[in-house]
Amino acid sequence: MSGAEKITVKVTDIVPLNELVTRFKFERTDGALLPTFSGGAHTVVEMKDGSVTRLNPYSLMSDPMDQRAYTISVRRDDQGRGGSLFMHRKVKVGDEMTLSYPVNLFALDLRAKKHLFFAGGIGITPFLAQIKQLERTGGKWELHYACRSHALGSYVDELTDKYPNQVHIYYDENDQKINLEHLLDGQPLGTHIYVCGPKGMIGWVRETAATLGWPREAVHYEEFLAPQSGKPFEVKLAISNKVIQVGEHESLLEAIERAGVDAPYLCRGGACGQCETDVVECDGKILHRDHWLDDAEHASGKKIMPCVSRFEGKTLVLDR
Amino acid sequence: MTIQFNDETFRDDYSFHNSPWAIKRFPFPFDKDDYMYSVNMEPHKGGRDGSVFQNRFDVDEHYVSEMRDRAKVLSDDPLRCQSLPHMTLAGWDLLELIMVSKSEDYPDMFELHRDGDTWRWINKPLGIDDTFTFLDEATLPYGPMEYITRQTQGDFAVLDQRDDNLWMDAGMITTQADWSLDFDIGMNFFEWHAPVPLAHEKGIFVRALKFLLNIQQGAPARRLNWTMTVNPLLDTSPENYHKWGIQKTELTPENIGSKQHLRVELQTFFRLPRSNGMVFPIRCYLCSFQDLMTVPKWGRRLHRVIRDLPEELATYKGFIDNRPMMLDYLSQFDDGQPTSLGIWPDLETEPPLKK
Repeated sequence: MSGAEKITVKVTDIVPLNELVTRFKFERTDGALLPTFSGGAHTVVEMKDGSVTRLNPYSLMSDPMDQRAYTISVRRDDQGRGGSLFMHRKVKVGDEMTLSYPVNLFALDLRAKKHLFFAGGIGITPFLAQIKQLERTGGKWELHYACRSHALGSYVDELTDKYPNQVHIYYDENDQKINLEHLLDGQPLGTHIYVCGPKGMIGWVRETAATLGWPREAVHYEEFLAPQSGKPFEVKLAISNKVIQVGEHESLLEAIERAGVDAPYLCRGGACGQCETDVVECDGKILHRDHWLDDAEHASGKKIMPCVSRFEGKTLVLDR
Repeated sequence: MTIQFNDETFRDDYSFHNSPWAIKRFPFPFDKDDYMYSVNMEPHKGGRDGSVFQNRFDVDEHYVSEMRDRAKVLSDDPLRCQSLPHMTLAGWDLLELIMVSKSEDYPDMFELHRDGDTWRWINKPLGIDDTFTFLDEATLPYGPMEYITRQTQGDFAVLDQRDDNLWMDAGMITTQADWSLDFDIGMNFFEWHAPVPLAHEKGIFVRALKFLLNIQQGAPARRLNWTMTVNPLLDTSPENYHKWGIQKTELTPENIGSKQHLRVELQTFFRLPRSNGMVFPIRCYLCSFQDLMTVPKWGRRLHRVIRDLPEELATYKGFIDNRPMMLDYLSQFDDGQPTSLGIWPDLETEPPLKK
């Protein structure tokens, strides 16, 4: 069985925060305590949507010290493949669901003298747990949070009420922009940077930090990619000796699992590297979408991350 | 209490001994008649009843005496226990993991009562009953890692995970097979494994690191490792080599059966939830050759493994000079009969020695 260990929970609260984001609370069905976790961890939520099983990662935003419940916030994606729509439209209080044990691919560097957070939109969620952890253990932090508008600023009020001196909000609708170069210039030695948000924001923070001479090890980022729909394609699995069809709204990993082949995975968002698979033969074009493999590996055509990447062409044979 | 604890020493007069129960449950590390390095990991999720794999942290008849030996090592050399400043949270993680595991697995010996952050810990074999505040170091007599590992058999390497690597940033190391925490502290996975022969060429450490980085909460793993030790010494450290190294020359054909010990490490790996670090407990089990030979299958197999081991490995494990004497002794217990697969003694099914 691939993936992290599983926990059976029931949905105990659903709170719509604004037009796009809804918060879900989960408690164990057996009444026992949930595992503790570290700020930045995510859980993979299993969604039984008719005949389709979706597994989507969401950052845990609740207090890591609180083992009674986990909370996540889900942003509705009308163009997506349906996971967030399922959460928004089908999930009801009292429903039983399956979560994975927490997995952290965006951990705090506990050596840091100061943690400098940059959040964009729904990218705020891992920082909510990290802030609670640092408040508990006495760590120094500062948050710069960019939102589209007042109306879509999830958790802005709670954060600014509680931490008026550490939280800085920037609204696109007011043309407010993080003055990044200035901010990065004035940090104490030993500061670590963390960024979670849209792809453009992550690239901007990483590149600016690199240009200013920040060490690579002091810049942390997390971006989960949702698998994207695309043209259907056929794949041969060499080890299990199967030919499978990947549907338009299905990821390659999901198609492999549907064929009964146990393939390793963890984040299902192109970040963790667990599902890396060797390509045996490729006559066509692999549409790489992960940020695990480097540019040379992408160009080589020898490896693929089936959780987010697709294929167009004649033949693709995988070592699976 | 269900376990009768031995009163024994691991130094000076070496009164250490294994009961028939301890011999039968000894983690014999060879599952077939030859040996080569491999990552050989499996899930650490229980095992045969009564075996050393059954519980998350095995407690056996040597517990009380091993803890006494650890206290002695630490009073002579406090640098055997170190924790870099950023590792305190991982220390609390370890304390929690051990207290929860032991109180669940051995409720007759250990109790943990939690009321919010006020915790009461009762360790009956060592006569401890302490109440403290979780995450408040000032309420414990030692740091959290030192406190709990003074009460738990085995060495503990507590590792930080960052930059896709593991870092030896804390530990309690007093029963080690000739490596030093004080030397390795702050090193990464490849740095502290640099002295191991053959394994780098085989890409073992690249694969092992990849495996370890992906060990997740709720899914610990384990493997066995082994070496040889003359006299039942727990503390075979580089710091004390001048004291124990010379003892390797004291082996004779007459005393080898009782003096020569197979030293097996049960290595387990747990993700630490609050710090996202890892703990790598290394539990040492010792068994004399003469006690091992009471299991016919182990007698046959140990002879074959030691005979066919590559020279580099016998050198690295420190018994190349004594190997001929070992083989003279062990060959008496190998009648050439085939052995069953797996590590278990199979006393009921394996034939007795025909010699």
